[in-house]
Amino acid sequence: MPDLTKTETADAPDQAAEVTAAEPRNGAGAVGKPRSLWGDAWRDLRRRPLFIIGSLLIVLMLVVAAWPGLFTSADPGSGDLANHFLQSPNLTHFFQPDWFGYDGQGRSIYARVVYGTRNSLLVGFGVTITITLFGGLMGMLAGYFGGFWDSLISRLTDVFFGIPFLLGAMVVLNSVDQITVPVVIGALAFLGWTQITRVMRGAVITNKHADYVTAARALGAGTKRILLKHILPNAMAPVIVIATIALGTYIVAESTLAYLGLGLNGISWGSDINDATQNIRNNPHVLFFPAGMLSLTVLAFIMLGDAVREALDPKLR
Amino acid sequence: MGRYVARRLLQMIPVFIGTTLLIFLMVNVLPGDPVAALWGDKPPDPAQVAQIKHDRGLDLPLWQQYLHYMWGLLQGDFGNTIAGNRPILDEITAALPVSARLAAMAWTFELVVGIALGVIAGIRRGRIIDNSVTLFTLLVISVPIFVFGLLFQLLFGNQLGWVTPTVQNSEDMAQLLMPALVLGLVGLAYVARLTRTSIAENIKADYMRTAVAKGLPRRRIVSRHLLRNSLIPVVTYLGTDIGTLMGGAVVTEGIFNVTGVGNLLFQALARREGAVIVGIVTVMVLVYLLASLLVDLLYAVLDPRIRYA
Repeated sequence: MPDLTKTETADAPDQAAEVTAAEPRNGAGAVGKPRSLWGDAWRDLRRRPLFIIGSLLIVLMLVVAAWPGLFTSADPGSGDLANHFLQSPNLTHFFQPDWFGYDGQGRSIYARVVYGTRNSLLVGFGVTITITLFGGLMGMLAGYFGGFWDSLISRLTDVFFGIPFLLGAMVVLNSVDQITVPVVIGALAFLGWTQITRVMRGAVITNKHADYVTAARALGAGTKRILLKHILPNAMAPVIVIATIALGTYIVAESTLAYLGLGLNGISWGSDINDATQNIRNNPHVLFFPAGMLSLTVLAFIMLGDAVREALDPKLR
Repeated sequence: MGRYVARRLLQMIPVFIGTTLLIFLMVNVLPGDPVAALWGDKPPDPAQVAQIKHDRGLDLPLWQQYLHYMWGLLQGDFGNTIAGNRPILDEITAALPVSARLAAMAWTFELVVGIALGVIAGIRRGRIIDNSVTLFTLLVISVPIFVFGLLFQLLFGNQLGWVTPTVQNSEDMAQLLMPALVLGLVGLAYVARLTRTSIAENIKADYMRTAVAKGLPRRRIVSRHLLRNSLIPVVTYLGTDIGTLMGGAVVTEGIFNVTGVGNLLFQALARREGAVIVGIVTVMVLVYLLASLLVDLLYAVLDPRIRYA
């Protein structure tokens, strides 16, 4: 029934709004089960290998970040200099302290990779949640109200876009005494929120003049209701895609800053990669594992974002 | 067209002022004293610090400092460095050509290879070649750029000996090839991804069917109809990337010892020379603003429906 599916996709905005609306509408639900844009996407996503692999990896990383003690008994901070740059005796020593070998101070690389997960993910999630909330709000205001607010917010995003991202982050972090997780999140979010604002603004403008918004207004819905219950669910799609991919790139940004000597105080993949680069010519194995874990995590987020994008884009069906 | 350009140029003024103000505030509000840094780890002499600050106008309120700075900027005076008292403009003009050359090489690499890979993958969506290109781009994006830089340096420089591990002479194009490749790698992946998505979306468009039905040769369909319509998001990315490539080369320039803007920035940060950072960002903002104007004008070339009155 290709035609029927098409009509449903076209009607999706109204239904997405209805699904999220507080009061159930029995009349609409009785005629077969209407599928929303997200419902359609979900059916599509469940069958995509990219989506499945990506989500499984992310869940695994989240578990490691929450309970690192479950995965290793070794202490990431204590080293035995007898193990100085010792390579892994056997890569099948699963979950043993010597699985990945030891670093320059004789600390278990495996334990450090496990315990470093938390800070790296905290930075990624912290920045993404902050910029999605703040940048999304700004984009919604600019897109919906237009006029003065739009000019103001658009020029403001232009101003922030003009500052090279890495450079701005370096300036901020260079002047702080203690580089902690909240500081890194603050610095990256301060420079990165405009990315979400632009996407959200565009999405809100596209939806603002849609018939379903006019209908909601005709029914007497107020600005707040129209924005939150009608426009937001439909403008979310591109924002979620961008945010998922951005999450990965912020983890990379943290490690790049660590490489430049502006890393987190404490264990993170970035600071371990930075340590490893000092001796890369003779001991590449110290670089390989934290860099590999970082790349795997970033890959998982990008795969997830890609899969969601393709599932939500009707043009690619 | 002329009026549009004039209006855009006028709109750039507030953005330019805003960005310079923002970076000026970031550099100056944050803690860290460049004058005290002249003494290194020794305790600085308060009288001398006060004297130097007074001579440089660093004891004025921040807004006066900013106005002074902007007034100098309008006359082409970027101020002097605190350590050494050299004109900052000279330092930037010495480093800029090197970075510009590196950025131009990386950018060309992104443009040619990125679009080629994207077109091939987009046309053959779902086939092996598409999957390999997608996998390659995912890998490039998820591995931090400095890891690639260090690995390439180790492999091609130290072990295979194809290139010198670090750049000995930053004027030499052949030596810049390796850093340019590393610098352009991430952008290349994004260009390929954007092109691929755009091509995959447009390949089912009605005008494509019309073009095929008219019996046009395949080359012409792809190059004139498909590519031209698909390039708008790619052009947007490539335009904004010029600034990123020139200003964001801190990592690559550091690894390969290229004496460009990134190198200058890194030293300025270490010495807390705020004025140098502000100066470089000022130049970068100009590059960025002009590039985005150029991109918008290019839209009209790619899509005749877009007109600027």
